[in-house]
Amino acid sequence: MSKFFTSSIGQKFFMSITGLFLMLFLLVHLTINSLLLFGDGEIFNMAANFMSSNPIMKVIEPVLAIGFILHIFYASYITLKNMMARPFKYKVANKTDASWASKNMYILGGVIFIFLVIHLANFFWKIKFGTIASISYDGGETELHDVYSLVSGVFKIWWWYDVIYIVGAIFLFLHLTHGFWSAFQTIGWDNDKWIYRLKIISYIYAIIVAGGFAFIPLFFLIKYAI
Amino acid sequence: MKIKLNIWKQENPKAKGRFEKFELDGVAEEMSFLEMLDSLNEKLIKEGQIPVAFEHDCREGICGSCGLYINGRPHGPGDEIGTCQLHMRAFKDGDSITIEPWRAKGFPVIKDLIVDRNAFDKIMSAGGFVSVDTGQAADGNAILISKIAADKAFDAAACIGCGACVAACKNSSATLFVAAKVSQLALLPQGKVEAKRRALNMIAKMDELGFGSCTNTGACEAECPKGISIDYIAMLNREYLCASFSEAE
Amino acid sequence: MSKLDSKIPEGPLAEKWSKYKASMKLVSPLNKKKLDIIVVGTGIAGAPAAASLAELGYNVKSFCFQDTARRAHSVAAQGGINAAKNYKNDGDSVYRLFYDMIKGGDFRAREANVYRIAEVSNAIIDQFTAQGVPFAREYGGTLANRTFGGVQVSRTFYAQGQTGQQILLGGYSALKRQVALGKVKMFSRRQMLDLVIIDGKARGIITRNLVTGEIEKHSAHAVVLATGGYGTIYYLSTLAVNSNGSAAWQAYKKGAYFGNPSFVQIHPTSIPVLNDYQCKLTLMSESLRNDGRIWVPKEKGDKRNPNEIPDEERDYFLERRYPAFGNLVPRDVASRAAKERCDSGFGVGKTGLAVYLDFRDAVKKQGEKAIKGKYGNLFDLYEKITGDIPYKTPMMIYPAGHYTMGGLWVDYNLMTTIPGLFAIGEANFSDHGANRLGASSLMQGAGDGYFILPNTISNYLADEISTKLPSTDAPEFEEAAKEAKVRLDKFLSINGKQTATSFHKRLGHIMWNYCGMSRNEEGLKKALVMIDDLKKEFWSDLKIPGKADELNQELEKASRIADFLELARLMVLDALNRKESCGAHFREESQTEGGEAQRIDSEYSFVAAWEYQGDDKEPVLHKEELKFENVEVKVRSYK
Repeated sequence: MSKFFTSSIGQKFFMSITGLFLMLFLLVHLTINSLLLFGDGEIFNMAANFMSSNPIMKVIEPVLAIGFILHIFYASYITLKNMMARPFKYKVANKTDASWASKNMYILGGVIFIFLVIHLANFFWKIKFGTIASISYDGGETELHDVYSLVSGVFKIWWWYDVIYIVGAIFLFLHLTHGFWSAFQTIGWDNDKWIYRLKIISYIYAIIVAGGFAFIPLFFLIKYAI
Repeated sequence: MKIKLNIWKQENPKAKGRFEKFELDGVAEEMSFLEMLDSLNEKLIKEGQIPVAFEHDCREGICGSCGLYINGRPHGPGDEIGTCQLHMRAFKDGDSITIEPWRAKGFPVIKDLIVDRNAFDKIMSAGGFVSVDTGQAADGNAILISKIAADKAFDAAACIGCGACVAACKNSSATLFVAAKVSQLALLPQGKVEAKRRALNMIAKMDELGFGSCTNTGACEAECPKGISIDYIAMLNREYLCASFSEAE
Repeated sequence: MSKLDSKIPEGPLAEKWSKYKASMKLVSPLNKKKLDIIVVGTGIAGAPAAASLAELGYNVKSFCFQDTARRAHSVAAQGGINAAKNYKNDGDSVYRLFYDMIKGGDFRAREANVYRIAEVSNAIIDQFTAQGVPFAREYGGTLANRTFGGVQVSRTFYAQGQTGQQILLGGYSALKRQVALGKVKMFSRRQMLDLVIIDGKARGIITRNLVTGEIEKHSAHAVVLATGGYGTIYYLSTLAVNSNGSAAWQAYKKGAYFGNPSFVQIHPTSIPVLNDYQCKLTLMSESLRNDGRIWVPKEKGDKRNPNEIPDEERDYFLERRYPAFGNLVPRDVASRAAKERCDSGFGVGKTGLAVYLDFRDAVKKQGEKAIKGKYGNLFDLYEKITGDIPYKTPMMIYPAGHYTMGGLWVDYNLMTTIPGLFAIGEANFSDHGANRLGASSLMQGAGDGYFILPNTISNYLADEISTKLPSTDAPEFEEAAKEAKVRLDKFLSINGKQTATSFHKRLGHIMWNYCGMSRNEEGLKKALVMIDDLKKEFWSDLKIPGKADELNQELEKASRIADFLELARLMVLDALNRKESCGAHFREESQTEGGEAQRIDSEYSFVAAWEYQGDDKEPVLHKEELKFENVEVKVRSYK
């Protein structure tokens, strides 16, 4: 078992498990964010406040952070090691028929990481450590942080943020098209029947998640900026 | 037709290699790629030059000796073929062809286009067998094996050990090679007994010899002359994980 | 003549082997550890032999010229491997397998050896199965069988069209296991240059490290040659380009007799020669004749698309001439019949040197899917080479040099006339007589390697337990290494104009034309002169680039071709000497009115064993008379 952590399959196993966990998180995240599209923000604020005040989230938040860190750490380590496995490069670039995304997961991941930093600085940091105006509903009975205004504000005022978020979603899409089925392949949950199914589900998942995340800024852009 | 060639030349394992350009006239369409190289060599020898060293033997795609990286593809353009099964009809008059040896830390160059694939032997020695001595076998029909399992094991066993999977993989990973053997024997009752040890030891050896890890690009499958599927890699992962998480042996 | 003692044990045929095993000398496990054995070659005989000997406890050194043991040319055997399991309940038995081989070999094989290989055949299948060889199975999970040429039972085990590969990998994996256990030391990329004899016994070999060019000396208590056949002497053959007869030839020159050198099997179903650049021919498995029908047009020079030629204008010549066996006649018969049709002007294809192998009826009857299941990979192989699709257009095939029944003469122990030198598999002459039946080469190789040699070698080694491993500094080793080096330097110093390959091609032409599928005295005599001339030219006008102390593929070739030029001469001499037709050896002077081979048992019922006398002297012929006590020697008829 000690060899497991250093073996090529063991390391990939952690990539896979953390990846699957992050993909699950993305679904939850998207579900809540999609509430931005409905009404004037009350539902979204209720959900956002529920999430931030929920004690379970206190546990999940650091777990999520560890998931990200492990995913990034293993990705860097594996990529470096894999590059070392070919010390002398080919003169003619490889023309083998394999998806571009699968061959450039680390680059895609890197771009997504940059996006993530921007994203965290935009919202997470402000919500967590900044001061956010409150808003009251039901005639003052419920007092909530007005996260909705923060988010919609960013999307409404600065169009380039919308562009950044849409581009980020595109990279996420590519990352997920490979990452989703690849995660199942790595944990051995794949065979000659499921490989095609999983690849299709990969695309469906990537379209829903990335499409969803891209649609939100687009929605605000179309609705307010133009 | 006339062909322009750009070929990797390297005197010995320690020498610094370089690309050399050659031109070859009178190449016929029905020539195989290796026959084209034969005729280049015949020409070079007659001109008093040193011929290009490349590995080949059976010339019918089964021994696994030949393996050239041609214009960016292991075994050249075409699917499910060895280099010896590539024919010049895949090229046009005036084409430039760049020929490189397999590139991987686990496959050091010996000379020109010949690489040392001894690492595959070492991986096999680490567990690619069923431990049965001569004379210990029961009647062939004593173990019933479903046709489906036998066929599936055969498809994995079709591996010719050419190394195209390593050459094609951006990580120079030998996972498909290992997966083929581990799966073949895991699918059969004879091999099940040692399945855990085998998976653990073969992967450990592969890692030790400097091959990269599998990132599921599928390039190996695309270039495998025997069309061995990456389904077997999933099977290997399953075997490996089960072995890792089960009790110590 | 005393040297030609075949050492066949007394007693009834069926009991010879078991009684012999029970009475022969053994080596105790403790002593086995003190004994070293060299095994040259890692094919279907060599790899099992090395692995089995190591399992027994001997220290084994295994050599091959390829980069890894797994590439030996047994890997290319397609169709299958025979065994007398009688799983089909079709009347098969050890005796019947034995009889089929004796008859198939046209009564020119040794009864006791053939019976023994038939006896161990079942254990071979069991062994491979246990090793994880994925033989074809029925839906019920039992092993599947198919039919092969020359027999009327279904006894061939197979793994699609890659049986050789699959079972070779079985042997290879056993070998790798022993390498891991430290009992086998593997020496790949080594070319054997000479055999070393000390005090009349084989004690080692001289090899060239093909990467560094270093001349190496290896000593042992016994040497086993599992170096395959010499079919590449024809230049174009179904063998691997680098297959060669050099190891056997060096052994011959050191005193081992060469048995029946002219017995070469020409395989009927090879893809025809397509162009001048070709350096090998690709075989299409004999198993195709199970469902394919061989024909030529009835009209000479009929250039129509074969699919447009109606049945009544087709000549299914095998079915016509041999109604009992039809398309499944033995290889020599099928080859000659195809040659006869082509020589008479009925051949098809660009060169007129091809006949059709048609699957139209089989596809119609069984469906494309069933045919694909049986021969899919062969059809793909054919399509890759020719561009034609056999499901739609008939294949074109023509005979090609394939397997050498001849080889080093061995006794019942598989030992050559040099004590301590053994020859197994295709390298020896023993089990196939004048013609080999399909799917029996893998059987013989594996049988020799797994079950026969590991037993018989102990009979010899039992007397060697107190012999110390010879030092490689012994004068015999020094001498042999020096000679080998001088020879290599000679190749490099000729500095002529012609390449090694060009000589090989010319030799191949001579052999194919005069000592190939059919032979006659005039042609053979002509060939002798031509070979001598070519040899002179070779040694005066050869051009080998590069140096001796580096990887030099041309130098490797030169060494092999130099040996072939000498071996060719012996083949022709043997063919000249045998004035009868038998099996694959067809002397035009000796045929029936119907053009069938005519044996002359009164004069030629012997194994020709040739003894080397020196480069400038004619070899001496020794005859091992063949006694048939268990079969009736008959005219071999497949009609």
